Amino acid sequence: MNTAVASSARTMVDFKAVDLAYDAEGGNAIEDINLTIHEGEFVAIVGPSGCGKSTFMKLVSGLRPPTKGSVTVDGGVVRGPLKIVGMAFQAPTLLPWRTTLDNLMLPLEIVEPYRSNLKSSRAQFHERARALLKTVGLQGNEEKFPWQLSGGMQQRASICRALIHDPKLLLLDEPFGALDAFTREELWCVLRDLWSAKRFTVVLVTHDLREATFLADTVYVMSKRPGRMLLRKEIPLERPRDLEITYSDTFTAIVHELREHIGRIRKT
Amino acid sequence: MATRRNTLDLLAPWLVIAAVVIVWELICRVFQVSEFIIPPPSSIVSSLLEFPGPIAWHSWQTLWRTVIGFGIGIVVGIVLGFVIGSSRFMYNAIYPVMVGFNSVPKAAVVPILIVWFGIGTVPAIITAFLICFFPIVVNVATGLATLEPELEDVLRSLGATRLDVLIKVGLPRSLPYFFASLKVAITLAFVGTVVSEISASNDGIGYLMMSAGSSMRMGLVFAGLLVISVMAVVMYYFFAALEKRMTGWATRGMEAPT
Repeated sequence: MNTAVASSARTMVDFKAVDLAYDAEGGNAIEDINLTIHEGEFVAIVGPSGCGKSTFMKLVSGLRPPTKGSVTVDGGVVRGPLKIVGMAFQAPTLLPWRTTLDNLMLPLEIVEPYRSNLKSSRAQFHERARALLKTVGLQGNEEKFPWQLSGGMQQRASICRALIHDPKLLLLDEPFGALDAFTREELWCVLRDLWSAKRFTVVLVTHDLREATFLADTVYVMSKRPGRMLLRKEIPLERPRDLEITYSDTFTAIVHELREHIGRIRKT
Repeated sequence: MATRRNTLDLLAPWLVIAAVVIVWELICRVFQVSEFIIPPPSSIVSSLLEFPGPIAWHSWQTLWRTVIGFGIGIVVGIVLGFVIGSSRFMYNAIYPVMVGFNSVPKAAVVPILIVWFGIGTVPAIITAFLICFFPIVVNVATGLATLEPELEDVLRSLGATRLDVLIKVGLPRSLPYFFASLKVAITLAFVGTVVSEISASNDGIGYLMMSAGSSMRMGLVFAGLLVISVMAVVMYYFFAALEKRMTGWATRGMEAPT
């Protein structure tokens, strides 16, 4: 059902025959990537470690230009950093000298048009940050410093920081990798709800096949370095998805199938 | 129990000082050490009481020279640290020269300064500056250069300029390093001033010790040492308090996570 919606939607990210080599001797980090991500689609990229998943992120966000091929995001060829992107990583990278609220304000201090309106609309921006924190269950922690929060709470704040400027495209690089299993599942649901509410496009890089299957519309499997897209798998699970679904047979079958592909890659 | 521990913590340095003074006094008396070699604390104190005016005046000379040299050191240290820390190229280009420069004994530079500027205030300030700016440079540069790459990605993907990243993240991040370096630098600055005063001045604690030494008034020489130490300790704790106030977030760990 979702895929039907997705394929009729506008193209958000388009890779055409993209190679990227960090230096001339090292060879390609990723190679011959062709894929299309629709607006509002939730994409997960899985693969063995060192397969260039993070490189893929750098290309989408415009932090790196491709060596060959072209990357188009939101209708324009990517030539530099895109302001419509929000990013979060495995490390929450919150600034320890700022409160949670002020950490959320950071993107607004950089991205236009917020940046110019900062003085006049500060109260309004604070309100917006508070509202966002509330949606991830962090109300009451606005004035706390990051080191006073638990790992899971820090990661929630980090995701809020990535979303505060209403990006069209959210890039997540193993955001739940450092969390314990329970907190991780809790944050899956937080992300699921944020996405259902706002329907931004998500690219989630992860090692966790259950995570990919639970959250994504489409899962891509990458090969070992040089990274190529080996498999595109649409996840046929109905939305809204409940955590219970992760114990269903369909779910297990999908995870199993993905696992087999990864296993084959690791053997070669 | 907790308060008793606190009082003990507060008293500990004074107890150590008292113990050192008592042992020192006892050794001098028991072994009848000559005053010309090591004067006992009692004679140092009596020297202090004998010449309070001149000692205070010479101390003041040393203090303001040190502070001015230190101030110049802070400005130059921040600027150089900023330049070195914000670009890998500058880091590689300037760092070796800085290390070479820093390994020159500053006492050896004083004669050159005398040729250039004569004796007195100017060489003392310059020596204090030369000896104290290096740790500031290194610390500021380190703070700026050790930015997490992920954080830089987050900001740069939003279209932040290099200057944005430096101001929003680099500078606050390097503040704890900067304040830590001030504590080291202020004590070094005192060393610089006094070294210069010893060989090229008509006033200041360095000069006082020099002239007292040549007339064999060892009590007064040691009184000079004592005054320098006290000034340095006071300045050290001033900057330690400032550090705590400005960058308390960096020395956390007492609060339990909620």
